[in-house]
Amino acid sequence: MSTFDKVADIISETSEIPRGEITPDSHTIDDLGIDSLDFLDIVFAVDKEFGIKIPLEAWTQEVNDGKAATEEYFVMKNLCGKIDDLVADKA
Amino acid sequence: MHLEYFQMIDRIISVDLNSGILVAQSKVPEQSSVFEGHFPGLPLVPGVLLIETMAQACGFLIMSKSKFAAMPFLVGVKEGKLRTFVEPETPLEIEAVMEHDGSGFAMTKASIKSDGKRICNAQLTFKTMNFPDPAFAKMIVDRAKELNMPSEHLPA
Repeated sequence: MSTFDKVADIISETSEIPRGEITPDSHTIDDLGIDSLDFLDIVFAVDKEFGIKIPLEAWTQEVNDGKAATEEYFVMKNLCGKIDDLVADKA
Repeated sequence: MHLEYFQMIDRIISVDLNSGILVAQSKVPEQSSVFEGHFPGLPLVPGVLLIETMAQACGFLIMSKSKFAAMPFLVGVKEGKLRTFVEPETPLEIEAVMEHDGSGFAMTKASIKSDGKRICNAQLTFKTMNFPDPAFAKMIVDRAKELNMPSEHLPA
């Protein structure tokens, strides 16, 4: 199962968003309407599934400081790419 | 335990960061103005204050892990179960368990027992944020010292 499929399944189960609505181009906040509290549950499940620790604090800080656009971290395909990087770094 | 001031924990008994478990004790006071309303003639600790008690134990566990570098704020309560009434002078044993120490958040489980009998339990989610100011941080650390937080988990 691809990283995208795993993360999409987690989001669907955690946030009750129909699985079919989640695409690689979906923005988790703007398109899927995931709020910060639901996002914690998602990150918790992703951390457990992949054995990583998503640096959510650093990502949020970068967005708040204007150093990164939300799309960089919170569009599904980009989020999954970051997760793959974290898994590779761990290996 | 001083319900009016949200001082829910009397003493931290142990902190084991390897297993991620903090154990604390409290005793429900005989008298409290809270009991004047909850309820007249039938004094019971409100369920929300039992949740608060578990949250404070989890909060001290989370802060001990970072040596009080950041403050956890309760943002989620799941599977909260309030199993029995809690009357004045009831001794409480509170256990907080770290389920996941995330980036900027923590997932915990907590429970309270009295004489081995289960009183309540819940899964509690916290967001960790910077202390509002150094004086506030000092107040929290001083409170942890009062509760017997082991010195190795406190800031140098």
